[in-house]
Amino acid sequence: MIDYQTIETAARQIMANAAIDIPPDYRQGIEDMAKWEEGDLSCFVLQTMMDNWNAASEDRRPMCADTGLPRYYVKVGNNARLTDGFTGLERALRSATALATHDVPLRPNRVHPLWRTDHNNNVGINSPEIDWSFEPDVDWIDITTVHKGGLFGSDYRMLFPGDGIDGIKRFFLDTLVAFGKRGLACQPAIVGIGLGGSKDITMVLGKQAACLRVVGDRNPDPKIAELELELKKMGNSIGMGAMGFVGNAMVADCHIEVGYTHTGGMPMSVHTFCLSSRRATVRIHADGTAEYRHDPEWFTPYMRRETVEWPVSKASETRSV
Amino acid sequence: MASQQSKRNTVRLKLPVQPGDLEGLEIGTVVYLDGVIYTGREGVYKKVLEQGADLPEGLVEMSNVNFHCSPAAAVEPDGRYSVGGVTATASFRFSKWMALWLKKSAAKIIIGKGGMSVEDYRDILVPAGAIYLTTVGYGTGALLGRGIKSVKAVHWLEELGNAQAMWIFEVENFGPFLVESDLEGNSLFEQQGKLINANLEQLYKGLQAPALSRYGETDDRKDELI
Repeated sequence: MIDYQTIETAARQIMANAAIDIPPDYRQGIEDMAKWEEGDLSCFVLQTMMDNWNAASEDRRPMCADTGLPRYYVKVGNNARLTDGFTGLERALRSATALATHDVPLRPNRVHPLWRTDHNNNVGINSPEIDWSFEPDVDWIDITTVHKGGLFGSDYRMLFPGDGIDGIKRFFLDTLVAFGKRGLACQPAIVGIGLGGSKDITMVLGKQAACLRVVGDRNPDPKIAELELELKKMGNSIGMGAMGFVGNAMVADCHIEVGYTHTGGMPMSVHTFCLSSRRATVRIHADGTAEYRHDPEWFTPYMRRETVEWPVSKASETRSV
Repeated sequence: MASQQSKRNTVRLKLPVQPGDLEGLEIGTVVYLDGVIYTGREGVYKKVLEQGADLPEGLVEMSNVNFHCSPAAAVEPDGRYSVGGVTATASFRFSKWMALWLKKSAAKIIIGKGGMSVEDYRDILVPAGAIYLTTVGYGTGALLGRGIKSVKAVHWLEELGNAQAMWIFEVENFGPFLVESDLEGNSLFEQQGKLINANLEQLYKGLQAPALSRYGETDDRKDELI
């Protein structure tokens, strides 16, 4: 059984980890880009960001004072048992958010959209958001927190099958060019693309692709993996770098996630994470031990399953194809 | 390459800046600040410029640097403030308040994210003798946090909340920033954007337009959204 206090303590810890320590995969991605970036202003920015990550880790202070919208992704093992159930888990995550806001400290960013009421703890109506997923045959829970800004760098468009790969490329470029100017998107970033599903799910998939997959990770579908690399290359050939200065470092990596969609449509979303790509994960085992890591491992084969049955049996494959 | 950063011109400015201090500062120069700065964004502007609240006493004499940002800060039970870092927020949204604000506050340096339009520089900042410094990155919250030596005062904290309150900070070697707009209104972003725009036509070559258009948006990719 996993109890309330264990969840709250672990969630407080990942809130701090995410805010302070840049994930190693992203740091490596930016270090590699700094080696080939030729724009001197853009390069100055990358170097300064690396100095900033070092300062954050040394001083144990947040790398970026804009907390973004701190929120959670929870993967629940099918055999996991929680002493206070799922509402208990939700309460623990709200409490951890409020405590971490004071302790780290994080900027209290969350306000009522109309009345601008600020509880000074990043908790309010519908916030922090919690996305849920499930994993068969295991008894742990994974909790990931992501602190991502949200004013610029994301967009949605309804494309159609006839728009084809051209349409995807064009909208991808449109988003990077539009929000890359003046560096509003805080690039170079991991760019996530959602394709398919319903409109809302398109947005969710793109956001998860940007925030919950690490630099270097490829979609298991080889053709999608190829498109990821092609778009990454394209993004890095705009001629724009960090802060919208002349350069080439725009896309640290590109991740695409798909969902089956309406037969007449091809909805698409683009999300750019940022130069302070803040994410951290903890796995809480059934005995209450907590393991901390940087890779959310969110998109499992189970999540990307195509069939009714899991694991896929020969019979179910035939039936669903 | 990263080694080129050492070539960037770097200056330290003592605050409040005096007439003449900003002359000859070129766009792209790296700047660090020493002295007193204050945060001010939509909450403060509405309070002072729309609701007519008085500026905090002594502000004008103490500082002429307005930072568009909010700190990651908390108030401790004993009333002390702990400040982790500060990160800028996008300045273009505050354009409508800037002319009056510069007049009222006599600010000579605006710091923020992303700059403002060249028209704003020409019509508002240049006549007021003010320059614009952009933060770098934009997430250098930890480096900037290191430069904050103390919180001198916080105004309208209860009413506006942590993010929108006016924080007055004593800073030392506070930076880095880049000169985005100088006293003549030259803009680093505009200069760089023009160079990038030259490549855009080639980039989109051969990509057919989508079947469905959208209202009210520019199709000219040389345009800016701000």
